[in-house]
Amino acid sequence: MTDLVTLYVPLETTALSMGADELVLALMKEAASRGHDIEIIRNGSWGMSWLEPLVEVVTARGRIAYGNVSSSDAAGLFDAGFLAGGDHALCQGLTTEIPYLKNQDRLTFARCGLIDALSLDDYQASGGFAGLGVALKMTAQQIVDQVTQSGLRGRGGAAFPTGIKWHTVLTTPADQKYICCNADEGDSGTFADRILMEGDPYSLIEGMIIAGLAVGANEGYIYLRSEYPLCKEILGEALVNARSQGWLGKNIQGSGKDFDIEIRMGAGSYVCGEETAMLESLEGKRGMVRAKPPLPAIEGLFGQPTVVNNVLSLASVPIIMARGADYYQDFGMGRSRGTIAFQLAGNIKRGGLVEKAFGISLRELVADYGGGTHSDLPLKAVQVGGPLGAYLSEDDLDLPMDYEAFSEAGAVMGHGGIVVFDHTADMAQQAKFAFEFCAVESCGKCTPCRIGAVRGAELMAKIQAGENREDNLNLMKDLCEVMETGSLCAMGGMTPIPVLSALKHWPNDFKADFKIGDGK
Amino acid sequence: MPDKRGDTPQLEKSQNPKVSWDQGEALQIIAQCASLKGGLMEALHGLQQAFGFIPAESHALLAEGFNLSEAEVYGVKSFYHDFTSAPKGQHVIQICQAEACQALGSRALTNYAQNQLGITLGQTSPDGQFTLEAVYCLGNCGVSPNITMDGKPYGRMSEARFDSLLKKAAL
Repeated sequence: MTDLVTLYVPLETTALSMGADELVLALMKEAASRGHDIEIIRNGSWGMSWLEPLVEVVTARGRIAYGNVSSSDAAGLFDAGFLAGGDHALCQGLTTEIPYLKNQDRLTFARCGLIDALSLDDYQASGGFAGLGVALKMTAQQIVDQVTQSGLRGRGGAAFPTGIKWHTVLTTPADQKYICCNADEGDSGTFADRILMEGDPYSLIEGMIIAGLAVGANEGYIYLRSEYPLCKEILGEALVNARSQGWLGKNIQGSGKDFDIEIRMGAGSYVCGEETAMLESLEGKRGMVRAKPPLPAIEGLFGQPTVVNNVLSLASVPIIMARGADYYQDFGMGRSRGTIAFQLAGNIKRGGLVEKAFGISLRELVADYGGGTHSDLPLKAVQVGGPLGAYLSEDDLDLPMDYEAFSEAGAVMGHGGIVVFDHTADMAQQAKFAFEFCAVESCGKCTPCRIGAVRGAELMAKIQAGENREDNLNLMKDLCEVMETGSLCAMGGMTPIPVLSALKHWPNDFKADFKIGDGK
Repeated sequence: MPDKRGDTPQLEKSQNPKVSWDQGEALQIIAQCASLKGGLMEALHGLQQAFGFIPAESHALLAEGFNLSEAEVYGVKSFYHDFTSAPKGQHVIQICQAEACQALGSRALTNYAQNQLGITLGQTSPDGQFTLEAVYCLGNCGVSPNITMDGKPYGRMSEARFDSLLKKAAL
């Protein structure tokens, strides 16, 4: 036998969906038949989806990456001496030198891909629990002040200042308070929460413990969408490990503070990503949106003061505590401080996760990181911020990624999802889909959303067929105004955004004689 | 984490249990969840997993266990796409219908799958082999279009790969 060589192959949804498990078996079989001694560590993903499965070999020079490897490549890799970092068509060089990764600002995602997600030793060796250590020496108010000063705003999409929300919960007296992590990442084109939970679950756990210390809560829930079964498995195991090492439960690390977390599964409802619908669902009810006020920070889960934060908001807290508010808020522009995880998706050559400081342009993300369309056909539209986000055209690509700049342009950054379409897209069909999706997912509590979505889809069908086009377009614009101003939550209130932005940029697509490929 | 999925990479024969109604088992699932805060959702997940759907016989038991009316139980069950009232096929295929997959041809892929199986989204083939379901985002949008088969994700799905999956499943 030769010296033991360590390999990394992600245990992560994208890698699995591209054959990572089959690849692991092929590598082990090939190594055994050639008398090579290898160990394979299953890490999280670095977020370079287009290179998955990404195999890394630990060498004296560092970790050498081989991208897009399938099980049929195993023999060729051994022939090329990849265990010593040998050259091969799939070789990407040192992982950390891959430009896509090297040029990012990895704060929240610093450990994703680097470590074995479930190893508490790896976590602590890479700075894990340092933030909690700092927080345990502070008063609740001091923790809230740090988070406020960092400028962190809710990464779920609404961008509400996290520190202010925490302050409200801290100053609302109650016997029982809760921390609820919204892990119902339902926007199409988003997967950052998933990559974090699969690749670095302890950072979310640490963030939730700190939130508990900050507001005086000792119970936490992670509301996880059922489409993420691997997250459930990994998070579940992480909770058991954290509990067994005294990071969760009674008297955390001898501090006298208690905090524990339960995972609760969603059941395929998009609207349960809306915070009040999520709370209803956590209470075991239909996921019907609540009217606000009262705010969840005052009357949330089971009527008690509740912090509801997105996965990435919570997972960003440990580094803010460890490095200080100033360190974090040095990144970014304007009132958008720190970093945000963009997700390049849809018809794009290099899909994946890009964590950057606010202020980068959409063009840099789509063209430089993303490499343009997957199909090599001209780009037509980019939808930013999920199914309720605006469709932007090529002309809008110089927009800086900043909450206020997007808002001024009538667009939303949401959870950072960026979905690219090439010129075969039919934007009237996309507008119709926005209504159809709203009709499927509406909770039904308010009329503009419940009925408006159905009527909107019907109107779009008539418009596409050329039936009373002008009248029906005007009626649809009226309907959009009603939905926007009269809906209880963003589901109905923002469905007009993709519809009207599509109509604004591509009016020709809304004509009966439109042919695919006609649009610019 | 030593390769805990690595030992079962092959397509599982069937993930979808074919269990007949068992009141004792249902009561046990409900009892386990009754003490949890907001435990009805957990109980519904438990029943769906055990029986492959939520049998109507369980409504009265859930109502009793959670001190609700049967109408309230039905209201919660019927709100969520995951909870179903009838058994599914032996193999469940979900095809993503959301924007990122649309941008790489999921509409055509869906049509192809419907034609191959002779059923539309939401239906089960007459021989009970396949159920086809719509899903809105699997969170794998860097490698669209996406499907799952019996819970396992498959990215960059093509018509040819779809056919080979069907062939493997039918073995």
